[in-house]
Amino acid sequence: MHAPTKPGPFGIIAEYESPETLIAAANTALDQGYTRMDAFTPFPVHGLPEAIGFREAKVPWIIFVMGVMGGFGGLALQWWVSVHAYPLNVGGRPLFSWPSFVPPAFETTILFAAFGAVFGMIGLNRLPQPHHPVFDAPNFDRASQDRFFLLIEAKDPRYAADETRSTLEGTGAVQVTVLGQEEESDW
Amino acid sequence: MADPKLRPVDDVLIEGQHNYDTITDRIGSVVLNQDNFSPSHAKGKQWFLFITMGFLLVSVLMLSIGWLLYQGIGIWGNNQPSAWGFDIINFVWWIGIGHAGTLISAILLLMRQKWRMSINRFAEAMTIFAVMCAGLFPLLHTGRPWAAYWLFPYPNWLAMWPNFRSPLVWDVFAVSTYFTVSLLFWGIGLIPDFATLRDRAKNKTARFVYGVASLGWRGSTKHWHRYEQAYLILGGLSTPLVLSVHSIVSFDFAVSILPGWHVTLFPPYFVAGAVFAGFAMVLAFLIPMRAMYNLKDFVTMKHIDWMCKIMLATGMIVFYGYLAEIFFSFYSGNQYEAFMMKNRMFGPYGWAYWLLILCNGIVPLTLWKQKYRQHLPWVWIVTLFVSVGMWFERFVIIPMSLHRDFLPSSWGMYVPTIWDFGMFLGTIGLFFFLMFLFIRFLPMISIFEMRELLHRTKEGEHKAEPAVTGGEA
Repeated sequence: MHAPTKPGPFGIIAEYESPETLIAAANTALDQGYTRMDAFTPFPVHGLPEAIGFREAKVPWIIFVMGVMGGFGGLALQWWVSVHAYPLNVGGRPLFSWPSFVPPAFETTILFAAFGAVFGMIGLNRLPQPHHPVFDAPNFDRASQDRFFLLIEAKDPRYAADETRSTLEGTGAVQVTVLGQEEESDW
Repeated sequence: MADPKLRPVDDVLIEGQHNYDTITDRIGSVVLNQDNFSPSHAKGKQWFLFITMGFLLVSVLMLSIGWLLYQGIGIWGNNQPSAWGFDIINFVWWIGIGHAGTLISAILLLMRQKWRMSINRFAEAMTIFAVMCAGLFPLLHTGRPWAAYWLFPYPNWLAMWPNFRSPLVWDVFAVSTYFTVSLLFWGIGLIPDFATLRDRAKNKTARFVYGVASLGWRGSTKHWHRYEQAYLILGGLSTPLVLSVHSIVSFDFAVSILPGWHVTLFPPYFVAGAVFAGFAMVLAFLIPMRAMYNLKDFVTMKHIDWMCKIMLATGMIVFYGYLAEIFFSFYSGNQYEAFMMKNRMFGPYGWAYWLLILCNGIVPLTLWKQKYRQHLPWVWIVTLFVSVGMWFERFVIIPMSLHRDFLPSSWGMYVPTIWDFGMFLGTIGLFFFLMFLFIRFLPMISIFEMRELLHRTKEGEHKAEPAVTGGEA
């Protein structure tokens, strides 16, 4: 069922044919003071995160912290097992014979860091997210194939329906569309 | 040129004329075009033939495992003194084959080798399936695979814990981590391509399934930014991981005192051998696949040439290892070591040693000549030689070292049984089966990375940089 009232648009989205025009358009928008932008491309375009003013290094930190936890966790587990839970005298070696514990601790470091990388990335991206207003944009199925999109969100303080629209139209866009707000879901 | 945007890609990495759409179509349609898999079409017939062969061999595997579980591992040829036989040979062989995938996806990623982009998906799939085949062997060799979780440290009412000083426990950690990380690496590589398939699929079920698998990926730049950070660091993590895995596998042997095993050379020599065997298997599959599914524009002769060179280089490291082993045995002045080497060359299994030298040492040397590297049937034959040779390398190391150790009264012979061969052939079938399922349901070349490659190639054109080449004409 359609929601009877839509609480205003989600933003304005423009479609481009090449990554170069998209980057140029994003730079124009950035120069004009827009801050809440996003672009949608079929592959990672270098220079685009800078062009929409996005800078973030959370993923590497998550990976680092997870890796450290994995490494020390693995070592701690082996120390506790070998010294406290199940002390075994193997050939008179000390109970905490740490050189033998390096390989498993190394593996747990990598394992935890890899979990951090994948689930950190997925979590920060707020995936899985089955629906998002941009999916309603015309031609958006080509964002995963051969078209490039620039979105300016309505939340942007600089956002003004007509002006934003004409700005985007002046950047070589194939088409510019106003996106409806995400409807209240029934489920 | 009819379409002005369809530019010739003047680069050795992508041949023919392509734009983003044709790339997407060429790779995506392999999966989405039902004709490729329906027995009423020529291509579908081929696929059916292969998957059926795989399925029959999987049945052999099931039968072998079933009988094994019923009877116990006495049905294998393992005995005293050769407590390790086909099971460990096959385990090491399969793990080694997997290593090429990680090398291609991780090490070549860090080295910014763009040519990896068209083969990484395929090679990573091979890694995962090879590790699955590998894992079966030690699992079943435990005799009671249903209790295999005892290998992991977990609180239990027996109040027992694993002995972390044992290389076999290290192996459990190394192989399970390797499998998990390879799966994660492969999985996040697939997310953007699932989104592409979701948007292209005409069939409702396919669209739903790919849609769920894509996690709702929408190609947001913010997402791509985090994605690339995660992907690159995963590459950085996988690189030491892949080196550690086969090193740890080699510790299973090198940490013991048996002549023929107790060698400091083992870790690097095992890793090189793994990459060698892995590249051979990648080529053995890719050469027919690129012809079957019209992917010659993406897996070019240049790719094959480079893979052959890597095979040649790692093959020579392995061959150097064989020579160094001979030197160590005699220079050590240790009579057991010297005897082991004489027994290896001229003992009852001497033929296996010379077959190994032929397959791994001599035949790959033909790849020095470019003419042979460009001759696909020959390259394919070399890959089979290498696969056989690498299997015999493990045969030479494992039962041949075990069967005659320090005390002549405990010598014996190792003779595999039909069930050993059943398990071995069965895992080859499982690998085959999984590879053809992979081709059926997932894009075998990373589509988004190929688009990126096309984009970068075009950028290169603008800057009038010389195209990326591997050298000679």
